[in-house]
Amino acid sequence: MISLTSPVRTRAHDWPVGLKLAALCMATVLLFKAQSLWVHAGAFAGMLTLYRLPGPVFFRAGLRALRVLWPFVAMLVLYHLVTRTPYVGGVIVLRMITAVGLATLMTMTTQLSDLIAVVRWLATPLRALGLKTAYLETAIALVIRFTPVLLAKGTKLIDAWRARSPRRPGWRIILPFTVLALDDADHIAEALRARGGFDAMKE
Amino acid sequence: MEKNVTLIALFAALIAALGLIPQIALPFGVPITAQSLGIMLCGTVLGAKRGALAVLLFLLLVALGLPLLAGGRGGLGVFTSPTAGFLVGFPIAAFVTGLITEKWRKGPLAVSAGVASVIGGIVVLYIFGIAGLSMVLGKSVPEATALVSAFIPGDILKAAIAGMLTAALAKARPASVLSRA
Repeated sequence: MISLTSPVRTRAHDWPVGLKLAALCMATVLLFKAQSLWVHAGAFAGMLTLYRLPGPVFFRAGLRALRVLWPFVAMLVLYHLVTRTPYVGGVIVLRMITAVGLATLMTMTTQLSDLIAVVRWLATPLRALGLKTAYLETAIALVIRFTPVLLAKGTKLIDAWRARSPRRPGWRIILPFTVLALDDADHIAEALRARGGFDAMKE
Repeated sequence: MEKNVTLIALFAALIAALGLIPQIALPFGVPITAQSLGIMLCGTVLGAKRGALAVLLFLLLVALGLPLLAGGRGGLGVFTSPTAGFLVGFPIAAFVTGLITEKWRKGPLAVSAGVASVIGGIVVLYIFGIAGLSMVLGKSVPEATALVSAFIPGDILKAAIAGMLTAALAKARPASVLSRA
């Protein structure tokens, strides 16, 4: 499955994940505290610089990831022009883009395995309490493995519908789709039990 | 235990798949992604606790950077975007939907699951979603409400469908509809 990580490897990929996450949290809190347009303009320019540093390929991938914000930007600009509050509008628009941009930057420059390691570390207190975090780790692996499988099954159902009906595939497709997911869950549970189940997993 | 974990994981994958398959037409030809239908089904089929866990697992993977949200979005950025409130509301919506489905056992399952989906998947979800919109966009609550009100009729349709689907699933796979097990 495709992930949202960057197409090119950057120096930031090697930085410690915990540090990056902490910096991101701090930056986001500060962004929502600051009310000056100049601070936000500076932060926005800084964010763009960070995107530009690893080269044009990375820059374009980053802009693609931020595309979803355009409808909101258009709406906000229109609203603040009509109400004649361009200063407040500028702060809100820049803050929104910078906050989403920085978080996306974190996602683009961090490998999935590194982030899963952070989740495992965050779950340490749970293990200390005697809870098995193997459940969580198995569940994460199952979702990553079975989303493409379900997606393929859903697409096949839609193809089957299209082969038989001139109308668009309708909501009725969701029933067999959900039944397929329930049956898969049954089979996987059986397969896990046949291999000793969770009791066989070492912490 | 194994079955609980696999059901939760498969429903998390189902939420993703429902948001990613090509759009399907609702009655009256409204084409919308079915992701919020997945949230409702988590509650009505898995029940309050397991339903909320499935949604939390889904969100955890979105936060880890997998593009599982409708339109292939994902990553930490979506949690600071204007629609972040809806994501925060997802697990709570599934919990409330599941709780109502579990407790309300009189009458046909389609009705109780449908009403549960309206209360959990629309009322509860929109409270969080609208609060998030008004915070990120710096707008008043009525303004934020006006912005999303266009989506409410489609969601009411989805809640009705969630009710019917839950009743049909209870007939097709009674052992897997844990909210009534």
